[in-house]
Amino acid sequence: MTFPFLSVLILLPLLAGVILLLLPAGKRGLIRGIALGVSLITFAISVYLFAAYDKDLAGYQFVEQMQWLPALGISYHLGVDGFSLPLELLAGIVVLCGVMVSWKVEDRPREFFAFIMFLASSVFGVFASLDLFLLFFFFELAVFPKYLMIVMWGSPKTKEYGGMKLTLYLFFGSVVALVGVLAIYFTSGLQTFNLLELEQAGFGLAVQKLWFPFIFIGFGVLGGLFPFHSWAPDGHVAAPTAVSMLLAGVEMKVGAFAALRAGLMLLPDGMQFWAPLVLILATINVVYGAFIAMIQTDFKYVIGFSSVSHMGLVFIGFATLTPEGLTGAGLQMFSHGIMTALFFAVVGMVYDRAHTRNMAELGGLAKHMPLAMIGFVVGGLVSMGMPGFSGFVAEIPIYMGAWKTMPLVAIISVISIVVTAAYILLVVRRVFFGETPEPIRAGLSDISVMDKIVVVGLSLLMILIGLIPSLLVPMIQGGVSHILSLVGGA
Amino acid sequence: MTLSVSQMTLAILPEILLVVLVGVLIVISMIKRDKCNQVLGCITAGGFILAIVSAFLFAMPKAEPALIWGDMLRLDSATFVFRMIFLFGAALTAIFSCTEDSIRCRPEFYMMLVFSTLGMSLMASSSDIIMLFLAIETASIPLYVMAGIKIKEEKSVEAGLKYFLFGGMSSAIMVYGFSLIYGFSGTTHLYDIAQGVIAHQVPIAGVVVAIVLVLAGFAFKISAAPFHFWAPDVYEGSPTSVTGFLSTVSKAAGFAALIRILMILFHADGGVVWQALIASLAVASMFTGNLIAIPQKNIKRMLAYSSIAQAGYILVGLASHSNLGFSSAIYYLMAYLVTNLALFAIVGWVGRKTGSEDVSAFAGLSKRSPGLALAMLIGLLSLGGIPPFGGFFAKLLVFGAAVESGWAWLAIVGVINSVIGLYYYLRVLKVMYVDEPVENTPLKIKEPLWLVGLILCLVLVVVMGVVLTPWFGISNWATIGF
Amino acid sequence: MTFLSIPILAWLILIPVLGGLLLLLIPGKKVALLRWSALGISLIPLVMAVVLWVNYQPKADALFQFEMNIPWFAAINSNIHFGIDGISLVMVLLTALLTPLAILTSFNIKVNVKAFMVLFLLLETGILGVFVSLDLLVFFLFWEIGLVPMYFLINLWGGEKRNYASLKFIIFTIGGSLGLLLAIQMIGVVTGTFDFVEILIAWPALQSGTLFGLPLETVKAIAFWAFVIAFAIKVPVWPFHTWLPDAHTEAPTGGSMILAGVLLKLGAYGFLRLVLPLFPVESAKYAGWLAVLAVAAIVFGALSAASQKDFKRLVAYSSINHMGFVILAVAAAAWAGGSTDPAIRQSSVIAANGAVLQMFNHGLSAAGMFFLVGVLYDRAHTRMLDKFGGLFAIVPTYGAILIFLSMASLGLPGLNGFVSEFMIVRGVWPIFMLLTAISMVGLLFTGVYVVKALKLVLQGPFNETWAGKISEINLRELFVIVPLMILILSIGVWPSWILNIINQTVMRWF
Repeated sequence: MTFPFLSVLILLPLLAGVILLLLPAGKRGLIRGIALGVSLITFAISVYLFAAYDKDLAGYQFVEQMQWLPALGISYHLGVDGFSLPLELLAGIVVLCGVMVSWKVEDRPREFFAFIMFLASSVFGVFASLDLFLLFFFFELAVFPKYLMIVMWGSPKTKEYGGMKLTLYLFFGSVVALVGVLAIYFTSGLQTFNLLELEQAGFGLAVQKLWFPFIFIGFGVLGGLFPFHSWAPDGHVAAPTAVSMLLAGVEMKVGAFAALRAGLMLLPDGMQFWAPLVLILATINVVYGAFIAMIQTDFKYVIGFSSVSHMGLVFIGFATLTPEGLTGAGLQMFSHGIMTALFFAVVGMVYDRAHTRNMAELGGLAKHMPLAMIGFVVGGLVSMGMPGFSGFVAEIPIYMGAWKTMPLVAIISVISIVVTAAYILLVVRRVFFGETPEPIRAGLSDISVMDKIVVVGLSLLMILIGLIPSLLVPMIQGGVSHILSLVGGA
Repeated sequence: MTLSVSQMTLAILPEILLVVLVGVLIVISMIKRDKCNQVLGCITAGGFILAIVSAFLFAMPKAEPALIWGDMLRLDSATFVFRMIFLFGAALTAIFSCTEDSIRCRPEFYMMLVFSTLGMSLMASSSDIIMLFLAIETASIPLYVMAGIKIKEEKSVEAGLKYFLFGGMSSAIMVYGFSLIYGFSGTTHLYDIAQGVIAHQVPIAGVVVAIVLVLAGFAFKISAAPFHFWAPDVYEGSPTSVTGFLSTVSKAAGFAALIRILMILFHADGGVVWQALIASLAVASMFTGNLIAIPQKNIKRMLAYSSIAQAGYILVGLASHSNLGFSSAIYYLMAYLVTNLALFAIVGWVGRKTGSEDVSAFAGLSKRSPGLALAMLIGLLSLGGIPPFGGFFAKLLVFGAAVESGWAWLAIVGVINSVIGLYYYLRVLKVMYVDEPVENTPLKIKEPLWLVGLILCLVLVVVMGVVLTPWFGISNWATIGF
Repeated sequence: MTFLSIPILAWLILIPVLGGLLLLLIPGKKVALLRWSALGISLIPLVMAVVLWVNYQPKADALFQFEMNIPWFAAINSNIHFGIDGISLVMVLLTALLTPLAILTSFNIKVNVKAFMVLFLLLETGILGVFVSLDLLVFFLFWEIGLVPMYFLINLWGGEKRNYASLKFIIFTIGGSLGLLLAIQMIGVVTGTFDFVEILIAWPALQSGTLFGLPLETVKAIAFWAFVIAFAIKVPVWPFHTWLPDAHTEAPTGGSMILAGVLLKLGAYGFLRLVLPLFPVESAKYAGWLAVLAVAAIVFGALSAASQKDFKRLVAYSSINHMGFVILAVAAAAWAGGSTDPAIRQSSVIAANGAVLQMFNHGLSAAGMFFLVGVLYDRAHTRMLDKFGGLFAIVPTYGAILIFLSMASLGLPGLNGFVSEFMIVRGVWPIFMLLTAISMVGLLFTGVYVVKALKLVLQGPFNETWAGKISEINLRELFVIVPLMILILSIGVWPSWILNIINQTVMRWF
């Protein structure tokens, strides 16, 4: 029997979370150790899966299937393909980095790490689910860790508002999608939640047109699709650093991915019908997000809005329904995940020392935290789509897909590049260069070893992908061709 | 299928045992007049468990449902399942009440509890209108007493009185509805009424009036809006273990009878009229419950309104009028039972230890008793419909049933309400985990039996969310039995 | 040619960046080690450039030599396709030559030396990459890579208004490259490949039909203008030049040398390599306008330079002036592409030759001029012309060198400037007669500002404030300027060593 890697990947953090909650609160060393150990294991598994995936064979691999509720056709069905596997890897990386940057959390670390474990389990689960019920189950599992982590450890002034807004908004999106999911479950007449069978179900055009928006936009809320994005800046900013990394870096991809799996792949004609609307909304994401980022004074909000902008590109890629667009979307999800994790990590490092995120009160930090500055600059270059970094190799195919579908989208979206360049450079200058204001000098110090590993690792990864896209592209292409096979036939 | 007298007696063995239990309690109350201990609660719980065991051993329904005792009662899978639910819920209530000082020494309380459960058991198995009405009253009157049993407290007396008045009035309305049905059909046997109505060619208006009246009565029982006005005050004023019992077992009993009536009584009518009625009840309950829960400061009142909303969700399942709809309602009831019992147990315990029943009493509970806070978390999230707890799958089922029957808009209303509901559940979580406690002393649980009961409930909440097949099977089995 | 089975062009691009990464390992305090290592690393591409020069065969049949083509982003058909011809070889040589000189100049940087050197080497990789790329996407990649190090060089080591200047520089340039990006994407989508050689055949062949719902001519015109604007900002062509004076003035000396010496040439190179061959019809159509703008640059650039009080700003405007000639010649070649008259064709070839040579020459002389301004600034800490006077008395060697370079800038016969400017004028005259005449006026004003600057700095009564404060030009600085002077002289006297290489390529393309 093959070793159930995916089950271990998903269930180990869940188990670890439960164990952590039962440990005495005082044993901080043990708590941190368990959290780090588990995240290292999940990271290792995700890397192993990535390396061991047979690109020539393509399709879903490492499949596990067990009956769960046969009466309704629910099964515990896991598997990864070329599209979801990079996302699992992303999750493995970001979870590990999140644990590492949270090493020094002093307030109730037991609950903190336990909730991170639950969150990790949820994201690993969604990416690997091949059963629609199971996907939804893992999707919703993340609700309470997100809420609690923001309100318990978030920024003091905004955590209650940001946390509640984020949780309710996302919950709303997901239950709307649930109605859509139930609708197509019953319409298919197949009495199964098995995604592989539902993909082939061939729903009627009217059904697809009606229910596609529910599912795609419902899940798309978590992806930050305009105009349902406003939870993101408030929520991300209110959250503690590791949670922001996980939220923006991975959770938003969960939303986009679920929109793809349950929306695009099951209702491809619906996607085609609604594509112009999605393209327009996503373009607004891209441009609006960039402009709003530019006028922020809190530099975490700058990053928050830039995430909204970049996720727009993912949706554009989806809506083009072209091989380039989808490949680019897959790359962008990975690239942006790493980039935004790096950004929030650096923001956290700055805040921990300066105790302010207002750019007017910061300055000259490059002297004290040079590596953090370099990390931020690298992230910024990726954000601008600077060639040589992963952002460029992700954005180019998306634009090309856009050209093939709605050229105006490409032309308008490109504006965001220059806007992004402007605000990134301004933020870098204001925060890292210039004079250090007196009030913050006392707390400034260089970042810790753990922090440095995170910064360097993430930066190198983005440069690596930017220079050698063939590390990721063939795998994603395999997944893309499967997706497109569903579009053509229907 | 006809059964012999001995078989029929065995079929109602659990009920007989309950009567015996009352007798035992009377005896004990006469012997140990001045000594007060946990014995009463334990004995009662033990009695309930014995009844459960006997039901398994002797009262299992056969493949064919059987009418017994002059066609008054029906022994089928639905009866069995609901009996289990009631007995289990009552046993837990008895255990939880062991920690409530004002009632644990009072044998009258436990006698009322047993009587009420007996009535409910009969409600679930009634196949005759008169029997049904008798059972409802048997179940309700002890509840009025239980609600007002803390005669030294104004709120409790008010609760009891209010409950009695409301209950009496709604019973009157319901019996009027029943009488109309008898008049239209010429029979009191539930399973013959449908044919009777057709045979007599009763005008639709009359049938509708009868339906409305009957529904009103049941809506009161299950605290569905707009017949819910008694609930917040009664829930708040009653002793907390009674509240737990009221919100779960009593509601389940109401639903059991309602489902039976819905399934078989108004079938011939063409379901849409009463489907629409049920749907409107559902929508009203959901919105009323959820919206008015938001400004509540007293946690028992908040949970009362939450129960009204939960009744609404179950009604969504009923409105679907499909097998999936009814079994989803039953699943929901089971999950809801353990969830709410656990929640009210904790609320009662915290209320006694802190002397306050406000939400603010829970401030910083995560620091004072992390285990309890976690237990509250599990309960609240299950009510909110979050995996991996039972409430999630239950909500999924009821909404799925609505979508399957083409009532997708009802499902949408339902999910919107879920979001509203989550808001105030999360708020309590926030109070527990974020707010600073009034005093920072740790709270220790010293009552082992109570803890066992609580843990049992919580385990079941999780199990019902993860191990789905057996519970879904049970719900389906029950549905077929009706 | 390969070394260790890696093609030489790949080495050319990789050495500076790998060297930069090596520099990161040296502790920041070891300033001397950093400086000399950077210099050493930058000399390697120079050696390789010379090797390439020697091994290049001007008369070979192949369009490009030393080609290499490895798959990169197969999903969209973009490969790492490098190769050089006469034009790019000259530019590679210029870059490889100026970089070590600029690094040597920057030995006077005292703050954050490591970062400075690493950025410089990265910049070199970016620029070299542009010149050797034969894949549009890779071209764009290196084009952008060249921007960021320059931004930081200006922003962190520049003059007083460096924040404004650097931001303006990068925003203008990125803004321009947006259009470039869009046009490249469009071409990639339409032709299905990013390979320049393939597109060269496929793209002009698309003559009719509709694309994206628009008629083909419109689409091609849009792409043409997108390319033109991007390159016009870089050159810069008037009126897109406003970023240049600030950027050049505020940049540190070494940065200005590279900026003026090489970066501007990227724009002109873009015109010659991409715009004219891919859009022959549109280029011919709008050549006249381009020529007008070029002349505007020549004249206004010279006039502006003449009115400057800041020496460095004066030199900056002189760059606009000189690049104007390049663009004028490009415009002529563009126009002539649409003509079949052999005399016109021959003139355009001469003009194109002159353009490329002017690019090289201006690279040398601009770098030299900025360097000399920097030498003076290091000692006097001012660049204001009216503050100087009669300096020849105390720094005669510097004065002589300054005169030499100014004369080169002026276009004195015997020095390199004359050759290229003559060729341009000779080539453009039959094509745009009136405009050439006007540009002569510009040439006159060039003389004005050059002489004015010399007078204000070197001649006139000696300004007592500087007595004992300005030391003579030192050995390190001589090492920088003398190679430039030698090249300037040699091209001026015997240009055929370089013109041969340029000519063969130009004839093939124009």
